[in-house]
Parts: sequence; structure tokens; C-alpha cells
Amino acid sequence: MRDKFFQIVVLIISGLLIIKLFDLQIIKNNSSDFLERGSIQKIYEFPERGYIYDRNNKLIVSNEPYYDLMIIPRDVELNDSTEISKLLNIPIHTFNTKFNKSRIFSNVKPSVFMSGITKNEFALLQEKLWKYSGFFIQKNSKRKYNYKTASNILGYTSEVNSYEVESNPYYKAGEMIGRQGLEKTYEVKLRGKKGVKYLQKDKFNRIIGSYNNGIYDSSYVPAKNIKLTLDIELQKYGDSLLKNKFGSIIAIEPKTGEILALVNSPIYDPSILVGRDRSSNYNTLKLDSIGKPLFERGLQGQYPPGSTFKLINALIGLQEKIIDEKKTIRCDYGHFYAKNSFMKCHCDEGTYNNLNTAIYNSCNTYFAKVYKETVDNQTSSKIGLDKWKEYVNSFGMGNYLGYDHPTGRPGFIPSSNYYDRWYNKSWRASTTISNSIGQGEILSTPIQMANLAATIANKGWYIAPHFVKEIENDSIDSKFKEVKKTLIDEKYYDPIIKGMIDVVEKGTATNSKIKDILIAGKTGTAENFIKIDGVRKQLTDHSIFIGFAPADNPKIAICVFIENGYWGTRWAAPISSLIMEKYLKGSVSRNWLESYIKDGNLNEEYLKPYKYKNFKINE
Amino acid sequence: MSRNLILEKFDLLSIILVSILTISGLINIYSTTYVSDSVMFSLTNPFGKQLLFVFFSAALFCIILFFKGKLFQQYSSLMYLFMTITLILVLFFGNEIKGASSWFSFFGFSFQPSEFMKPVTGLVLAKFLSNIHSDLKRTKVQLYSFIVVFIPILLIILQPDPGTALIYFSFFFVLYIVGLPSIYMNLFIVSVILFLITILFDMNNIILFISVLTGLLGLIFLYKKIKIGRLLFLSISSIIFIIFIDFVYNDIFEQRHRDRFEVVLGITEDNRGIGYNTNQSQLAFKSGGFSGEGFLNGSQTKGNFVPEQHSDYIFATIGEEWGFIGTFTIILVYTLLIMRMINRANKHRNIFNKIFIYSVASIFFFQFSINVSMVVGIFPTVGIPLPFISYGGSSMVASILLFAGYIKFDSYKKEKW
Repeated sequence: MRDKFFQIVVLIISGLLIIKLFDLQIIKNNSSDFLERGSIQKIYEFPERGYIYDRNNKLIVSNEPYYDLMIIPRDVELNDSTEISKLLNIPIHTFNTKFNKSRIFSNVKPSVFMSGITKNEFALLQEKLWKYSGFFIQKNSKRKYNYKTASNILGYTSEVNSYEVESNPYYKAGEMIGRQGLEKTYEVKLRGKKGVKYLQKDKFNRIIGSYNNGIYDSSYVPAKNIKLTLDIELQKYGDSLLKNKFGSIIAIEPKTGEILALVNSPIYDPSILVGRDRSSNYNTLKLDSIGKPLFERGLQGQYPPGSTFKLINALIGLQEKIIDEKKTIRCDYGHFYAKNSFMKCHCDEGTYNNLNTAIYNSCNTYFAKVYKETVDNQTSSKIGLDKWKEYVNSFGMGNYLGYDHPTGRPGFIPSSNYYDRWYNKSWRASTTISNSIGQGEILSTPIQMANLAATIANKGWYIAPHFVKEIENDSIDSKFKEVKKTLIDEKYYDPIIKGMIDVVEKGTATNSKIKDILIAGKTGTAENFIKIDGVRKQLTDHSIFIGFAPADNPKIAICVFIENGYWGTRWAAPISSLIMEKYLKGSVSRNWLESYIKDGNLNEEYLKPYKYKNFKINE
Repeated sequence: MSRNLILEKFDLLSIILVSILTISGLINIYSTTYVSDSVMFSLTNPFGKQLLFVFFSAALFCIILFFKGKLFQQYSSLMYLFMTITLILVLFFGNEIKGASSWFSFFGFSFQPSEFMKPVTGLVLAKFLSNIHSDLKRTKVQLYSFIVVFIPILLIILQPDPGTALIYFSFFFVLYIVGLPSIYMNLFIVSVILFLITILFDMNNIILFISVLTGLLGLIFLYKKIKIGRLLFLSISSIIFIIFIDFVYNDIFEQRHRDRFEVVLGITEDNRGIGYNTNQSQLAFKSGGFSGEGFLNGSQTKGNFVPEQHSDYIFATIGEEWGFIGTFTIILVYTLLIMRMINRANKHRNIFNKIFIYSVASIFFFQFSINVSMVVGIFPTVGIPLPFISYGGSSMVASILLFAGYIKFDSYKKEKW
């Protein structure tokens, strides 16, 4: 009986062992798992990061080699560290700390001993390094910028952080990733795909050959070059015009939504965010709280659009049939929009404005009345305001425009709910009257204003502004070909454009005429405030201009925004006209205007709130 | 005696199976310790040495077949005495290798007495139990048998070499097969279960659980008018046993011992420290897959990641280089060999032959199953070699002695003496 028991036990145990082995060797045998084990080292091969060109094929961003001095502490045989620290040009105690640090990291694995060695330093090192075992040089590649402009647009690359390593299995610690700007948006295209080699190691981490004759190895996929919509020469010209002024210039090709230039002032050199000094340079830029060079005003700055917004209100008034071209409205230095509430205007007493004169004279009374009637045209102010908001939103206001840059702000267009909360439901059209002249609650970004100019130039549609024109062997996002229509009929744009032409011909911006080219535009002057030590103080107005040219066949739409530049004609309008002339004609003939603008310096204006307790504005 | 008669007399199939195991051992030791551009047939490397042990063992095997079986039976007590003294001496004069003084060294070769004690214990046990007066139902006989087995176990634990000591428990299995009352087996099984649950769960919870269970069963017993004396005895003694185990495990065991259990039971996961061996050898099995990476091509093997891979962990090499086909074949060969031995033993009418063959089968079974379980990670790490396959002279020679004993005594089937 029990001899049978012996045999049964043997059979059961053997069966269990076979099941366990079957589980280990056949069920749990998946290739990716066993490629992760300790005996195999993965070596990655990286394709060179893609180049970036401007719309005229000028190379903006390329790569240049740099070198890292690597160390394998185990192999280092040093009798005297003075000589090598002299060669590396670092003090001996720094050498010793670095050496100990790398030893703590790993005695057998290579680690970076000194990073970012330039070509020249490399040449010197290479001659003498053979004497020191355990050190070797590893070639790397970093971004090279051929123009000192467009820094925020291009963005920069830096090492992946631990969050990115965890959340994205593609990246391993120490690799580079597009951190900001277009480098971030087009990271996948620009980086290509790394290749991998599996090497057989022994338990001392020594590589003893290729794993399984390389059947699991893969080669890298080359990166793609991209061509931007930017005209780098126009961009540079814009930089020169904005010298000593804070603000932005955005130029868009209306038919395509291609961004020709996005100037942000103050500028900085993009190449300072590369290599060994990246983090200290970045902090310097970050700590500049007055100039805020990292703040991309064109995309991130939310400002009241001022009088430029009157164009939208006029279009809504036409669409809603509140006004027609002929209707006139009287203005007497302004008007009472409610009991005891007066809105000032620069029109003389007894002025009668029709749509055309209201636009080129920028009459506040006219647009306030149009707005009020638009909102009151519906059964309640609530419905009227929401209808108005719907129109405004169709211009791309109050939301992200969908461009291919990771930074930006949505701006703000108030809704009836917003006022319900603010005024506890007791508000009327006159309560929100500032909306008529682009003040009050409305906020928009310069790119939204430039897009407004492009939309008017196109008579009612726009394509989402974007920075990338072509991607090598690939196509750009289809949303950058999609036409977005406003809720205003095409025919209503003609009187608006007529008014905008007259702005430059005989209205508020006559100083910005260009010979042979008809410009349509609108100036804006936006009141703005700052809080200093908890006290709200008004600053000098922002100078704004939006427009397009040539008016009959628009090739460039523009928004220029100069912080605290006072009225629109003072800075924004002439800068716009110079950019237009430069782009359309290739050169500028009005040298006196050009040098006047270039010499213009607003730094004193920007320092006022920090230097003085009481200061005058708008002088 | 004609040639044919010899072939008929000896169990040729087992000899073939053992030859397969030995040759596959040589192949895998070669692969595990392979270093390119060095001479493998040299006594300076494990493969060369193992080859020598194999030839030596083969010669020894043939010589033993020419001796009279009765001779071993007669001198078994003397040999047992001699080996016991050797085991005592090795505690004082032995070479300490990997923390255990289990070895005597002569002329560059190490000799492990605990391995050679195995066949001797088998002989003594078989001789004693084959005596006409030895009935395992008698307490005196039980006691004597236990002493015979416990002497080597104690001496080996003192070395300390728990792995080898564990193999001697295979003799209790033999005792059970040949008629030890089942109470011992039941006690053993209950103890193992109690041991495992004490490690896995909190002691207080188990005691509470047993108490509640006893209470409930007690109520049912009372209702059905069954005596509850035995139930009480059983539950009280289990509780005492649990407290004892808890004390031994937490206060007498060192952390390294606890770690080994906890890694297998999945309480702790530590792939770098104590669990390193197991994890690396499991990776070797996984990478082997169905058909293996091929001779000399195992990446874990080549990288020398699995410690002791040519000795205790040789099965990992088989798993990696020959895949499931290889491991399945080896397990099949062992199972066939052991089943064959038990089968032949069953037919013996001579008690001595029967018990000795059971002992050999039981030892091989214990060594093979514990070794494989340990390498695939379902048994705590203990130093037990795979018979005929693992590198090691003492293990090889001791296994061959056991096997030669089997072949010799098995051949006396027809003779009743």
C-alpha cells in the first residue's frame, strides 16, 4: 500500500515541478521582459535633432557637437591629481569632490565627469587624455542658433525630468526633450526615434559582446527638419524697432494664417539657454521682473484691446441691423450713458458721426450707443449680452486660438453669468458699457488682435495662426488648413474696411501712410492699472494698432502692442507701417520714421512705478 | 557467468538514465564555466575536475560491482561508526568553506564526509530493519531507527549545513513507507502546515482562530454527545506548538534565515539582496523559453549572473540553454529513474534490499525535487546539489556509491539470503 504512496508522491511532485517550469518558461516567457534583465545592456543611438528653417529657407536652428568627459572610477589610476586637474582647468579640490561623487554613483558604470566641453577645449584634451586611464570623451550634440531672435517661439531643449521619465516610456534619464516653444510642440518630429542595441554583459557590468547577434537591435529613425512660417529677416527688423520698448509685433499672412513674425521685446539670445550655463541664465531671465523676457507678450499677455475692439462692435451692429452705413449719432464731447454717468469722447460738441467717420475718428459715443442697442435689442439684457458674446467668440476672442505653440492665454469675454455673479443679477447694457470701447472686463492677447485684423482682411474668416509651414516628409496639422467663419456676413466688412482705410488716410493714424500701398487699420489706446503695495494705480495707456495691407489684396495683417506707449498713433501705428513696408517692399524708404522709432526709448516710463511714489502718466 | 547474464542481472535502463544525467551535467558545467580562449580539459577549471570525478566514479562503480554485497551489509555498523567519528572530527579539523566546516582537504581535493554518510546510513538502517525482530510498530525499534538518522542530522546541522541535513529526512520517508505508524506522518504534515501559517499570519490571530474553531466544534461535539478530550488536546497542543514556532522563528532564527522563507512565501520581495539568486535564475528560465538559447549561448549563464551556477544552480543553465525541452527531459529522466527503483524494490522479497533501494530512491528524490524547487523559486535557498549533474566531487562520488549500491543489491533479486 505504502509503496504505491511513494510512487504517487514522486509523480505528483514531478508533475508540479513541470507545471512550474511550464509557467516560467512558456507562459511568462515574453521577449520584452527578458530584454530588461540585468545581463543585457541597452545602448541607444540618437538621430541628430531636426533643423529649423524660416519661410525663405534660412537656417535658424541647427546642431553643434559638444563633448562630455566621462569617467569610469574603477579604471582610474591616479598617482597625482594635480596634473589632470590642471589639464581640465579646475581646482584640485573640485576634481576630488567630482571624483568622489562619480565613485558614489558607480564604480564601474560610466558617468559624466565634466559636461559641455567645447570644440577647442576638446582638441586640447584629446592630445593629453590618453595618459589617464578611466577617462574618455563622449560626443554629444546641442542646439546651435544662427539668429539671436525668436527665442520664446523656438523654445529650448533640456534634460527630461523624473516625471517625464515615469509618464513617457520613450524617455530615459539624461535624454533631451523639447522643453518649451516649438521644440516642445514638434518634439516627436524633431527628435526622430532612437535606435537601440542590446549588449551582453557579465555580472561585473563588463560588456562581452552583442546580444544574440543583434536580432533584437533596431536602428534609429532620422529626425525631420521643419520649415517655419516666420520670415526671420522681418522678425529681426521687428526686434530692432522694439528696442528699448516693451511690447510685441505679430504679423500674419491673412490667407493662410501663417505667422510671419512674432516679436517680443525685450529679447534675449536663445543660445544662452543651451549648455553648461543654461540654468543660471534661465534664472537671470526669470528674475527680470520688469522686462519679463520669458513672458511672450504676443501669446501670453492679456490686455484690454481698447478702440480696436470697436470694429467688432460695429460689425455686430451691422449684422444685427442696429445701424447701417448712413445712420448718424450725435456726440457732445461724449454722452451720458446712464444717469450721472458720462463717457468722454474727443469729438466736438454737436458732431454727427456716421459709421465711416465714427471709425476713423474713433468716436466713443457712437460705439457705446451701438453696443447698448445691440444688447437691448433682445428680450433681455442677459440674452442680448450672450448673443453679443457669441459674435465676439466667433472672431477667436476669449479662447485659445489653437496655434502650435505651447504657451498662451485665452483672453476674456464676459458672459451674462459673469455679470449676474458680479452685480447680483441687477445689471443692464449701460452697466457693461465699457465693453463697447474695448475696456472694462474684456481682455485679449495681441495674437487675437492680429487675428482680428486678418479676419477683417479676409472679410469674415480666418485660419488658426501657426508657426510651421512644412515638415520634411510629413504634413502639418490639418487644422491649419481649416477655414473658420465668423457669424458676420461678408458684405458688412466692406464699410468697416473703408473706415479702416480712412483711419490711415485721414483719421487717427495719418502719420503711418506708405507711398503706393493702401493700409487699413485701427488705432487703440488702452487704459491699464497696476497694483503697487496693494494700491491700484493707473499707468500710461498702452499703444495699440491693428491693420492690414495692401487693403485691396491683403498680404500682411498686423497687431502692434506697445506697453505704456500712450495713444495708438504714437508708437504702434508707425511701427506697423514700417513692418508692412519692409515685408511688402523689401526695404523701408521712410528713414526718418525708422530712426525715430528705433531711437524711441520707453525705459523711463517702465521704471516710473518702481522709482517714484507719485508719478505722472500719459505725458 | 556469461556476458549476457551480467547484462540481464544489472538494471541496464537505470545505468543508461544515470549516464544521460552525468553527461548532461558535464555539458552544462562546460557551458556554465566556459571561458573562451582557455583550455577546458585542465584540472584548473571545474569542467576538467568534474571530468576526472566522473571517470573516478565510473571506475568505483565497476569495482563495487565485483564486491560481494554481503560484505557491505556485514561492515555497515563499522562504517557507520567510522563516518560518525569523521563527522565529529570535521567539526574541529574541517576546512571552513562558505561558512560551514564540512570539508577535509587532501592534495587540492576537498572531501565532504556528510555526503558519504548517506549510503552508510542507508546500509545501517536497512540492516537493522531487515532483522526478523525489527517491527516498526514497536516503540523501541522506532526509537533506534530515529537515533540512527538523527545522529548524522545533528552533526551536520552543527557544521552548519542545513541543506545536506535536510536530505537525511528522506530516511524518515523510507521509514514511513516500510511501516512506521501513520501518526508520525500526520504529525509531520500538521507541523508543516502550522509552521507555514505561523510565518504567513500573525500568531495571535491564528490562536484566536483555533480557539474559536475549537469552541464551535466543541459545541457540536457536546450536542452530538461525542467526547471532547481529544479535540481539546489537539487544539491546546497546536497552540503550544505555534507559540514555540513563533519563538524559534523570531528569536532563534537569524534574519538571513527568516529572509529565505519570506522570499519564497512572497512576504518580502528583494531582487538585489537575499532574493537575488532566485530572481536571476528565474530570469534564466524565462529567457530560455521553450527551446532555449542554445549551448554556450545562455545570456544569464554567459554573464555569470546566477551564483553557484555550476553546482547548486546548474539547473538554471539547463533551463536557459536547453529551454523547457531540456528541463522537461531532465525531470522526466529523474522521475523514470526513481520510479524504476521503487518498482524494482517493490518486487524484492528480501527486506534489506528493499529498504536500501527505497533509501537510495528517496535520497535521489529529495535531492532532485528540493534542488529544482529551490532553483525555480518555490523552496527557500539551501545548499543541495542535483545528483549526477551538479559540479562537485563528493556529491558525484556519493551519488555513484548510492547508485552502485542500488545496482548491486537489486541484482540479488533471485537469490534469497
